[in-house]
Amino acid sequence: MTASPASVPLRRPGSLKRRQTITAYTFLLLPLLFFLIVRFLPTLVALRLSLYDWNILKEVQPYVGGKNYSRLVQDAIFGKALVNTALYTLIGVPAQIVLGLGVALLLGKIRALQGLFRALYFAPYVTPIVAAAWVWQWLFSPQFGPVNTFLIWLHLPPQPFLTSPGQALATTTALVVWQNLGFQVVLFLAGLSAIPRTFYEAAEIDGASGSAAFWKITLPLLNPTIVFSVVTGTISYLQLFTQVVNLNFTDQGGPLGSTMTVALYIYQMAFGRFQMGYASAITVVLFVIILVITLLQLRFLTRRVDY
Amino acid sequence: MKKLLTLALGLSIASAAAAPVTITYWQYDYASKVTAINELIKKFEAANPDITVKQENFPYDAYSQKVASSVPAGQGPDVVNLYYGWLPQYVDAGYLQPLPTKDFPTVLTDATYAPMVKTAKMNGKYYALPTAVRTLAVFYNKDLFKAAGIKTPPKTWDEFIADAGKIVQGAPPRYTTLGFGIQPDGQDYHVLREVLVRQFGGQPYSKDGKTVTYNSDAGAKAMAFYTDLQTKYKLGVPNFFPGNNSYRDAFIAGKVGMIIDGSFAVGTIKSGAKFDWGVAQLPVLTSNAKEKDNFGSYWVNGITKNAKGDKLAASVKFMKFLTSAETQRYWLQNVGEIPASRKLAADPALRKDPVFGPFVASLPYASSTVFVDEAGQRKAWVDAINTVLLQGNSPANAVKAAATSEQKVLDDYYKK
Repeated sequence: MTASPASVPLRRPGSLKRRQTITAYTFLLLPLLFFLIVRFLPTLVALRLSLYDWNILKEVQPYVGGKNYSRLVQDAIFGKALVNTALYTLIGVPAQIVLGLGVALLLGKIRALQGLFRALYFAPYVTPIVAAAWVWQWLFSPQFGPVNTFLIWLHLPPQPFLTSPGQALATTTALVVWQNLGFQVVLFLAGLSAIPRTFYEAAEIDGASGSAAFWKITLPLLNPTIVFSVVTGTISYLQLFTQVVNLNFTDQGGPLGSTMTVALYIYQMAFGRFQMGYASAITVVLFVIILVITLLQLRFLTRRVDY
Repeated sequence: MKKLLTLALGLSIASAAAAPVTITYWQYDYASKVTAINELIKKFEAANPDITVKQENFPYDAYSQKVASSVPAGQGPDVVNLYYGWLPQYVDAGYLQPLPTKDFPTVLTDATYAPMVKTAKMNGKYYALPTAVRTLAVFYNKDLFKAAGIKTPPKTWDEFIADAGKIVQGAPPRYTTLGFGIQPDGQDYHVLREVLVRQFGGQPYSKDGKTVTYNSDAGAKAMAFYTDLQTKYKLGVPNFFPGNNSYRDAFIAGKVGMIIDGSFAVGTIKSGAKFDWGVAQLPVLTSNAKEKDNFGSYWVNGITKNAKGDKLAASVKFMKFLTSAETQRYWLQNVGEIPASRKLAADPALRKDPVFGPFVASLPYASSTVFVDEAGQRKAWVDAINTVLLQGNSPANAVKAAATSEQKVLDDYYKK
């Protein structure tokens, strides 16, 4: 901001700075207020709700203390949802980071059609999740799906995919990885372009091999990108919902709860069965899990790398 | 001063009575129902110029949560359309007012409505009434039947299995045509609970609906029979077509010999199927079996606690209109659902109708389940069936698991 001396009366320089600070705070205050009302307040309300037997269709909503939480401990479906969510995260996050980095490195090597390839990889990310999920249902249909047709062509046995409790989770994860890959590639391309070429030139002169350059230069200097990807990726997998709902719409989280996630279970308890108190208790648990994991990741993954 | 106030109050009441009333009606978004209600509202408003009815619709998948979340908010409609299975929850929540016996005498309602409508009666009072009712039947593809050399639809389950066996093509897991469009989470779990359990000599629930009674020999036999359709006879597979109405979509595409579906599917199938199809009553166990059973269901209209004073009076009038014989006839012609009145459903022309006839014939012996937590009870059954189909669980153990799980849902509701 430039203030022309003619239009602004003379003041002490500190005063102008102070006014600018006040302006900045004022502008920050609005989003903050919004954040407090729309995000923070409901979180606190959910915390309170989790201590009540709060059924939306009951006239009395009695206080039950920790009963919702002790019910959680015994709830087999919640246990299954937790395990599934962990599996989604443990398979999905590494898969999309490794694939994303691989694709980004390859894209960095080519000159011709690089823009086209980049757009192709990014397309799934901007495709509506629901539409993609429904298309995948057909792709992986045991009866008509092209994937099984291909397997048969290779003389491999056709697979049940989404209709089998054993394969549904992996198939679902594949969809999510496919969708996130484009974004991951863009992140890594940006990260790679930020690494100065001079490091590689110096390494070449010193006679370092290609793989040494990757392990000693590329990977360490990509650390901020990787940490960012791991943290945001983990959070998004911990909140996985839309894909799971739409891949098995009439038995959401099925078959036999094999694709159930914590977020979907919250939704089913809250809006399918109207048990808001219990759903809130699960929300609180999910919140704590995400918070702890994120803090741990930031603590242990972040490394300052300087050459 | 006091006099003046009284006068003013009197005036305001008088003017309120004369003023036009607007009431709100909610139902889920289903094209033919929305259009029908709009037309009916026009008729109703013409007969009652001082009442305006405003219809509001919500997507089917979000409808129950929309209604439920309007309850604690104290907002929402004056007259509301609800699935009968949700009634206990809403009556318990104090959301619905009992229908005034002056306008809807209980004894008369008992006598004039289809027997299944009794599930809408709670604590001796009717809280809501349907315009139309639905039952289940077998939809069959006449072209596929002809190609397989079958002349008539099956009357017994043995015939059903034999016919479906002639039609099915391909082998698991790659079928190209199904004999029976099996779909546990479609209407099949109702067939299993309310039809097969009874046909094998059991009772699914106690009279008051508070206890499950299907964890029996009959229950295990019913579960074994149903799951055998896929595992032993290989007549079909669930989720043949991906998507929301898998079995129905596949039937409409001409890829399935038979499905079990409700009369509510008639409209969709009529407009979608490009082949000759027919409807038959649900099969029975043996040809001389007296035990005919069916699952009946219906959507009801009720008056919410929001309707007070003039709005209540207007809502009662609208309810009378919605349940009138004239509306029921209109509903049959325009939405394709069977009238809820015994007298109208007994109309000979309707009984002979090739499509509606089998549904109407099932009315006298159709039972409706008292649901207290429809989503929870449904899940108990779908998961139990799936443990047999997908994990090779024994039918007896699966029925036991369903019973434990559903009983818990019932206990959670009734205990307080």
